[in-house]
Amino acid sequence: MSGPLDICGIRLRGPVLNGSGTFDAIAARRTFGDALLEDFPFDAFVSKTITLAPREGNPPPRLWEAPAGMINSIGLPNKGLEGFVRHDLPELHELPVPLAVSVMGFSRDELAALVEEVGAREEVSLLELNVSCPNVETGLVMGADPAETGRAVERVRARTEKPLIVKLTPNATDPASVGAAAEAAGADALSLVNTLKGMALDPATGRPWLGTGAGGVSGPAVRAIALEQVREVSARVSIPVIGMGGIGSGRDAADFLLAGADCIAVGTESFRDPAAGRRVSRELTMLSRNERDFSPLRAG
Amino acid sequence: MSASEPRPRTLAPFGRRLAEVTANEGRGPYRLISALDRNGPDDPRPGQFYMLATAAGWGGVSGERPYLPRAFSFCRVRNGSDVRPTLDFLLEAIGPGTARLGAVEPGEEMWLTGPLGVGFTPPNGRPILVGGGIGVAPILCLHDELGTSVSVLLGFRSGAHAAVAALFPGEPAVVTDDGSVGRRALVTELLREELGAGDDATVYACGPPAMLEGVRAICAEREVPAQLALESGMACGFGACYGCVVPTRRGFLRLCVDGPVLDAADLESAIGPGAGH
Repeated sequence: MSGPLDICGIRLRGPVLNGSGTFDAIAARRTFGDALLEDFPFDAFVSKTITLAPREGNPPPRLWEAPAGMINSIGLPNKGLEGFVRHDLPELHELPVPLAVSVMGFSRDELAALVEEVGAREEVSLLELNVSCPNVETGLVMGADPAETGRAVERVRARTEKPLIVKLTPNATDPASVGAAAEAAGADALSLVNTLKGMALDPATGRPWLGTGAGGVSGPAVRAIALEQVREVSARVSIPVIGMGGIGSGRDAADFLLAGADCIAVGTESFRDPAAGRRVSRELTMLSRNERDFSPLRAG
Repeated sequence: MSASEPRPRTLAPFGRRLAEVTANEGRGPYRLISALDRNGPDDPRPGQFYMLATAAGWGGVSGERPYLPRAFSFCRVRNGSDVRPTLDFLLEAIGPGTARLGAVEPGEEMWLTGPLGVGFTPPNGRPILVGGGIGVAPILCLHDELGTSVSVLLGFRSGAHAAVAALFPGEPAVVTDDGSVGRRALVTELLREELGAGDDATVYACGPPAMLEGVRAICAEREVPAQLALESGMACGFGACYGCVVPTRRGFLRLCVDGPVLDAADLESAIGPGAGH
């Protein structure tokens, strides 16, 4: 379950990625210096989602601590395609692992333009299509519906030869059908889950706490839900699946791999422990060595 | 990435680490917690902060929360032959995280990440230090660094809260909301008296949002530079979550990597959405 592997033809030293938007390698290097690169916590790095135009993000407050997790309403702040390519890409290229860039478009045209531009960059090994961010209305619409998702993937497929990962939203009636539609339209891999829609009330006023009213729940609170969605989706498709949702230990990671994932991602746990990715890898290696053979639920 | 930082920053070792709690003492309603940070740097900059969580009983044991670590400015760093470095934190139990941290026993271990963010920049002119309530924490270590000859103005809700002023060497000026210690006044009134127009001074302040906004407004009016240590709800402390942004004249800034100390001139107001929670 641990050790080097190939995902969509990209060689990874291990199966532990980060969830998009849960680790800013550039800010982390400002905080921790080059020690970050010497002990980089992930086997591939997934960027925060970029959009064509710069975005300031949602009005604060953006966070709320939930039972065994948190709710965020961040709103995809980013420098836009041009700013990303000019300022962030050279810095992300210095990371010691393959780079996946997450992109989101407000229309299929926009998504296609992003995929073409980003896919053409030699620094980029993989692209992830964010069709599932619950904080942006169109993201929800696109990823919640199999036909919409299929049309979007079909549209961008011809624009790049780089592997395309489609990130699924759990806020869909049938995520497995959305995943199957993405596969049929040419996706090379699927990742799931994004955050689940949630909200919190300000105890002082009884009004919604988050600046946008609602947000996305992550952390151990969503793990059981994510595990079942990973099992269901991976049973329906034959492309690789990257599983995530509240993973905080090697045991959690092993569960997702047994449920059918080919790789896993650490997200919210990195907020509690910046080096959580490395710890999860180590624990997974120990489990792989020590444990009796469990058979993955997914045939293959 | 090697671009020079505008403010002092001591880099943090990568990842979180365990630190042994060596003391937990009451200071009025506040707790003063000391932790031996054997594997951390001995030169964090005043204004920088750490993310803290107890190793045991942090969520899932005694209840559903806390889950995320909590951000605290260190209030003192002590480097003796056998206590190198010991970090002191001042906190008040107001929620599940601070309640758990406030009940920590000597000998227990705490998870700690830091030092994080950027601290105060050394002054050009005469430094004036202003602290309100629990916000005196980074003012204390700044005072340790600048020496005892600087002006220190402290404000507290009550005489009980003002017990923490005894941590300051020398004789800081203290006022309280109820007049039980010092004058019955806001600390911003002391600043108004201390600060002349065009004074060759730099003001350093940390405290509740309304106090910081008062400091900002007074300094803006008298054209005196001010550095304000702000607070915001924070999940990670190292720029990952984008949750702790505050609105500034330069757009949203992440308080954890671009602050927590900000130039007052960058702020329209020190009272942001969700401030003080």
